[in-house]
Amino acid sequence: MRANAPSGAAATRAELPLRRALSGRRPLWLALGLLLLGALALASVAVGTRTVGWPDIALALRGQVDSIATAAVSARLPRTALAALAGAALGLSGAIMQGVTRNPLADPGILGVNMGASLAVVIGIAWFGITALEQYVWTAILGAGAAAVFVYGIGSLGRGGATPLKLALAGAATSVAFSSLVAAVVLPRADLAGGIRSWQIGGVGGATFEGIGHVAPFLALGFGLAMISARKLNALALGDELAAGFGERVARARAWAAAGAILLAGATTAICGPIGFVGLVVPHACRLLTGTDHRWLLPFSALAGACLLLAADILGRLIARPAELDVGIVTALLGGPVFIWIVRRQRIREL
Amino acid sequence: MSQAPFPPITAPRIAALRRQRLRGWRRAVLGLAIAVAALVALTLMLGQSFTPPAEVWRVLSGQDAPGAAFVVGQLRLPRAALALLAGASFGMAGAAFQILLRNPLASPDIIGISSGASAAAVLGIVVLGLEGAALSLMAVLAGLGVAVLIYGLSFRGGIAGTRLILVGIGISAMLDSVIAYVLARAPSWDLQEAMRWLTGSVNGARLDQALPLAVTLILCGGLILSRARDLETLRLGEDTAAALGVRVGRARATVILAAVALIAVATAVTGPIAFVAFLSGPIAARMTGPRGSALLPAALVGALLVLVGDYAGQFLLPARYPVGVVTGALGAPYLILLIIRANRIGAT
Repeated sequence: MRANAPSGAAATRAELPLRRALSGRRPLWLALGLLLLGALALASVAVGTRTVGWPDIALALRGQVDSIATAAVSARLPRTALAALAGAALGLSGAIMQGVTRNPLADPGILGVNMGASLAVVIGIAWFGITALEQYVWTAILGAGAAAVFVYGIGSLGRGGATPLKLALAGAATSVAFSSLVAAVVLPRADLAGGIRSWQIGGVGGATFEGIGHVAPFLALGFGLAMISARKLNALALGDELAAGFGERVARARAWAAAGAILLAGATTAICGPIGFVGLVVPHACRLLTGTDHRWLLPFSALAGACLLLAADILGRLIARPAELDVGIVTALLGGPVFIWIVRRQRIREL
Repeated sequence: MSQAPFPPITAPRIAALRRQRLRGWRRAVLGLAIAVAALVALTLMLGQSFTPPAEVWRVLSGQDAPGAAFVVGQLRLPRAALALLAGASFGMAGAAFQILLRNPLASPDIIGISSGASAAAVLGIVVLGLEGAALSLMAVLAGLGVAVLIYGLSFRGGIAGTRLILVGIGISAMLDSVIAYVLARAPSWDLQEAMRWLTGSVNGARLDQALPLAVTLILCGGLILSRARDLETLRLGEDTAAALGVRVGRARATVILAAVALIAVATAVTGPIAFVAFLSGPIAARMTGPRGSALLPAALVGALLVLVGDYAGQFLLPARYPVGVVTGALGAPYLILLIIRANRIGAT
């Protein structure tokens, strides 16, 4: 990718005025993002097969669940919380992965990390009889880590190391392969929780506050690791030699950041199943708004990821009425074109 | 070095070498054909119970065979026929794509053409209530549309292999979502049906479904085979092939059209049986070696894969699987292996 550096620099220079104008208003964007998140959360509680009015929402929030409307609201509350949390985790995980690998195509879905977590959980349930949600989380994180190491290993074989296209190809192929294996493991076991669908296509439909409680510590740890590594990711973005010259321990910084990303992706997959493309789309959009400084990019990615997944979940409930569309299906429909757009760009610039 | 290390290359020697290679190719094809025939016979005889060959023959030749008529004629025969025809279609079309794009990863089931045909078939059945020829036509058109789309999207002053494959993977993720969406809107989400359109299955086969498959296989398969020599020449690169007298554009368009039709018509019946198109070509090439065209052997290998996969999925494994899950589990490790090898060589 060395030869591409001049064209990359030129593109950046052309985008610079726009970027500067946009990133100067970061606090404004942050406020707008929070507002949007609040609005989407309200909409997510109100909208669905049965649309609920404000009075009922207010009643349900105060703990009254006497009527059908308030019951619907109280059933949608954990779902809304989970969509926001999972979206934030996936957006953040994608942003870290793009920073760690300096690859614009990195995303826990595309790199096969989510499918790896899914396969691990499925194997754990079917062959080792794990049943508790805590065990799911550990297994998923283990699977996510193994898949990440595996894909990165394959993608960096050969000349030029882990180039964006090679890494994406290795990840996408691994993801397809894992998805096949998930089907093979789950299909004979009709008794598996959620069945085959939920382990091949992620959704937030079956959310409970108890389930969220089980993954929350892992997510919190992941968020913490992510925020600590923001500054390190900035150093890594300069290139390994330069980062080392600034006194950064490159390998260690990478390992911590990657651990955070894997923790977030694995814990999310343990409860939602594999949801793709959120981690791809969100950081790209945020980079336009905030610039490349990871101290801003990471929180923004979390915020935007939460908004995106909430919106996708609401959309999934609306377009297939009276049935529901799993949020993983919606994100694939929305994210596919973005993926193709990035692949299509003349030269894929390293981040 | 006063003497050449090899005997001088003369015309008779080249002819002898060529004959020898052709003989090897013929032997491989014959062996595969015998294996396919034997498997078809075996799947007609074996199932939950054993039916003696004489009984099977009585059913096939239309004589009265009270005990076996239903099991053999209604259950096993349609299944075997569909497995044979769909496998051959996928195998040949996959090999044609791989040869044409000179990349083993560029098979129609990885770059989304099968998913396109499958999405169209699901849409046609669930939303429009189509069946038969109209359904096949819709699948063919969708497959062609996806092929054109992928080509257009990955064209940037020449086709880069990796870009084409990644664009295809992106499209196929979207199309799989479309399939899931349509199935979610269907009156009842039926796991068997969902598995058929996402990974392929020959469950519930009927004999009348085999007819369009057979016709397409004969017409389009013949068309592709008639271009086999052009395809072999195209392996050398477009410019070389053009210099050697191949009409590159026309040959390519013919082969793509025929291969997409093969894939789409088969997919409209059985769903996109996972990885058969992707696996058949490389396995066939390994069996025949670098001699002769891999198309016919690939068709036979495809038939073999689906027949074996379906039989294993029904009777050999602890649970009953649709054939696509079995071939998917077979193909998945090979896909990863192929990527590892490609990266080692530096092909991507």
